[in-house]
Amino acid sequence: MTDTTQETSGPMLAADGTPLKRSLAKALRAQKLRALALIAPLLLFVLITFIAPIADMLFRSVDDSQQGTVHGTMPLTAEALKDWDSSTGELPDNAVFDAVYTDIFVAAENKLHTRVGSRLNYERTGSSSLFRKTGRGLDDIGEVYQDQFEDLDPDWDEGTPWAELMGSPDWLTSMQGWEDGQPLPPFELRDGVADLLPRTAAIYRVFADFQIEEEEKSLLDEEPWSIVHTRLYEDLRDGDFSTYAGPRADMVKAADALVDTAEFETIALKDGFEAIDEDWLDIGLWQTIKAYSTSYTAGYFLNAVDMQKTPEGVALRDENQRIYGLLFKRTMFMSMVITFSCIMLAYPVAYLLANLPMRTANLLMILVLLPFWTSLLVRTSAWKVMLQQQGVINDVLVWIGIVGDDARLVMINNQLGTIIAMTHILLPFMILPMYSVMSTIPPYYVRAAKSLGATNWTSFWRVYFPQSVPGIGAGSILVFILAIGYYITPEIVGGNTGTFISNRIAYHISSSLNWGLAAALGSILLAAVLILYWAYDRIVGIDNVKLGG
Amino acid sequence: MKLTKTLLATSALTVAASGAFAESHGNMAMDMTLVSWGGAYQASQQKAYAEPYMAMKDGVSITWDESSSEAVAKLRAMNEAGNITWDLVDVEAADAIRLCDEGLAMEIDHDEVLAASPDGVDASDDFGDMIVSDCFIPQIVFSTTFGYRTDQLAEGVEAPSGACDVFDLETYPGKRALNKQPTANMEWALLCDGVEYGDVYDILETEEGQTRALAKLDTIKDQTIWWSSSAEPIQLLADGEVFMASAYNGRLFSAIVEQDQPIGMAWEWQMFDLDGWIVPEGLPEDRLARVMDFLHFATDTQRLADQAAYISYGPARESSAPLVSTHAELGIEMAPHMPTDPNNATNTFVNNYNWWADYRDDLDAKFQAWLAQ
Repeated sequence: MTDTTQETSGPMLAADGTPLKRSLAKALRAQKLRALALIAPLLLFVLITFIAPIADMLFRSVDDSQQGTVHGTMPLTAEALKDWDSSTGELPDNAVFDAVYTDIFVAAENKLHTRVGSRLNYERTGSSSLFRKTGRGLDDIGEVYQDQFEDLDPDWDEGTPWAELMGSPDWLTSMQGWEDGQPLPPFELRDGVADLLPRTAAIYRVFADFQIEEEEKSLLDEEPWSIVHTRLYEDLRDGDFSTYAGPRADMVKAADALVDTAEFETIALKDGFEAIDEDWLDIGLWQTIKAYSTSYTAGYFLNAVDMQKTPEGVALRDENQRIYGLLFKRTMFMSMVITFSCIMLAYPVAYLLANLPMRTANLLMILVLLPFWTSLLVRTSAWKVMLQQQGVINDVLVWIGIVGDDARLVMINNQLGTIIAMTHILLPFMILPMYSVMSTIPPYYVRAAKSLGATNWTSFWRVYFPQSVPGIGAGSILVFILAIGYYITPEIVGGNTGTFISNRIAYHISSSLNWGLAAALGSILLAAVLILYWAYDRIVGIDNVKLGG
Repeated sequence: MKLTKTLLATSALTVAASGAFAESHGNMAMDMTLVSWGGAYQASQQKAYAEPYMAMKDGVSITWDESSSEAVAKLRAMNEAGNITWDLVDVEAADAIRLCDEGLAMEIDHDEVLAASPDGVDASDDFGDMIVSDCFIPQIVFSTTFGYRTDQLAEGVEAPSGACDVFDLETYPGKRALNKQPTANMEWALLCDGVEYGDVYDILETEEGQTRALAKLDTIKDQTIWWSSSAEPIQLLADGEVFMASAYNGRLFSAIVEQDQPIGMAWEWQMFDLDGWIVPEGLPEDRLARVMDFLHFATDTQRLADQAAYISYGPARESSAPLVSTHAELGIEMAPHMPTDPNNATNTFVNNYNWWADYRDDLDAKFQAWLAQ
């Protein structure tokens, strides 16, 4: 009865009259916030210096929209290629060549065309040189027109007449009043010129913005790019200028008349591109450009598993370009060999450490830790001295007479070298967890087993060994995960056959600068480790892993 | 209160001092990071350029970075990150052209920035054809050639004469060391596969040519150790780890003459190339001013000739050549050790740096994939 009265009389109240539940929640929240504030510096530090850069780097494996990609630097081309069906086997039409002409011309002025070339070179070797040549050669197309206009009237090759034709009167006035050191007035098109000369106006605007913002030069002194003359020709060919009466009307009308004459020399864009490099008429090139013109791409991941995008869908790369599958397999296999040899070598040492009297064990411990404290590079270089053909081991073997002087063993710059050096370097990571587990195994279990009649072997195998398995597990995970991402040691002693996938990642990060591919390879490696970890958890159980007593 | 006063006084002093300092140095940065190739070559630059410069300009400190072999990649990365930490970079001609195309190196008016010769010849005429790009300030002519262990030569076998002997495993068994990059290796492979000297680059431009070159290299792939820093092949030769190695001729010179190693030179088809400075684009004004001041000094006629007294690379200025005489420490004549000496090789290969500027990325990708297989 009393219970119900309490319930009906409302929630329990704290001393200040607020409901107890809320007051408790408030107190707890304050506590949580305080705790969060305490770890906030570390959390922020980890987020900013660790998580964010990694996330940013991994994001590059799908991002294809930065400057220097087809999407980022050749937007017109990307747009124009959308209408082109890459599987028909026919070259794209003139509209696409037109877009490429503008895109590469502008990119070359900004010195970005080489980066698009490098980007496409990751997918199709030969693209880099093609874009470099094209960047240099595109002027040849525009100069056909530029020269003829200039012969007609030298004003066509001067900055001021062009500025008068294209710019608005207001802008022109402020431009003429401009002096060195002042900010340049932003360019404005003259009213109506965009209708009169649509293509010329569009490209002139790009030219004007570039001169003002990038070069900070006066348009009155700068002759326009050769592409402006190409566009002028196209406008004059298509338009009617008989009624035009704006600035420079005589110049425009004379040029219009010239364009209509039979002697006026023209060049088809396609031919112009062919003259620069025949590759531009190769359908495969266009397929590649189209396939990599989206802002997000699976291309890097496909590349990381030796595949590529083709018009018929995803396919394996050519035999001589397939290397990543081989490297992943090699990395896995060698990491396993290294882990296994670490177990074999570490187990007896850890056993001794755990079972010897304290004084001797301490000495042994120092011997284990000493190399651990030595610089990784020093240890690896020391192995180089030991293992090379004129090295210590070979010299000793020759001196004893086991091998002949002309048949010295090759133990370095191959897989063997990597395995030996890495086993040595990772050994402490195996010994220490094993030791910490073994030192907690009570000695009387084995004694009890023996007193019950077990042989030495049985008491070890049936009683001692099962209790030491968690140490083996912990050590194996540590060693395997460290080994799979190892870089310096294989680089120095691995030669060609003993390098890991991480060496390839390093190559793409620091030499070829294919960061997208490096990020994709890194993501795959990370995923592989997580899957192995998960599998280990399912099979052995992560609770059975002990890093300490 | 007292503390604040002291602090104020100190900072006022510092400001005054640095003001006076800046005046004498014309608003130039006092630190400079130079990038070079390490080893004997960098040492020669240090002795011929950097030390006299520092002795002349009080308080200037120069930091060296041995990253020239990765200069293009690192400059691209620095540009991406928007933080240029280098002031002056020593690169090969083809890399200078590439960096110039990519807008990563600064274009330079050679006559304005560089000193004229003592006879008053303009820098651009004095350097002449060596100026292969607007961004490139030539320093030396060097060659990539071969060294071999004289003590590992089997009895009665003639000493190797040059590049093609690398591919001859029967006469000259043993390990070889080659540069871990396509340049020079691809040309030699084609040349030794029977291609005429004049056709090498035309053939290398084609898919089949590249496959052919790699196939030729395949024949010695198992026996080859690939080096990436220019000190490595010398070390491998000195240790006796390899029988033959491609290396820069100046490094071989210092191993043979200065360190007395049992190494011989095989000059045939040595690969001529140019090396010089580039200034990264986008340096702040004070650092740029310092770099220009240093460049003016370090590339004058005398300094270039001085460098040749430490290492056997030919100076890039015409006016420096007559000043090259004897080794600074050993006193021997330098001329017979120069790659340009007519006695050294009947056949020489001139690296087509313009071609490489275009094709380097393409062939790098192919070559590295081939290596990884």
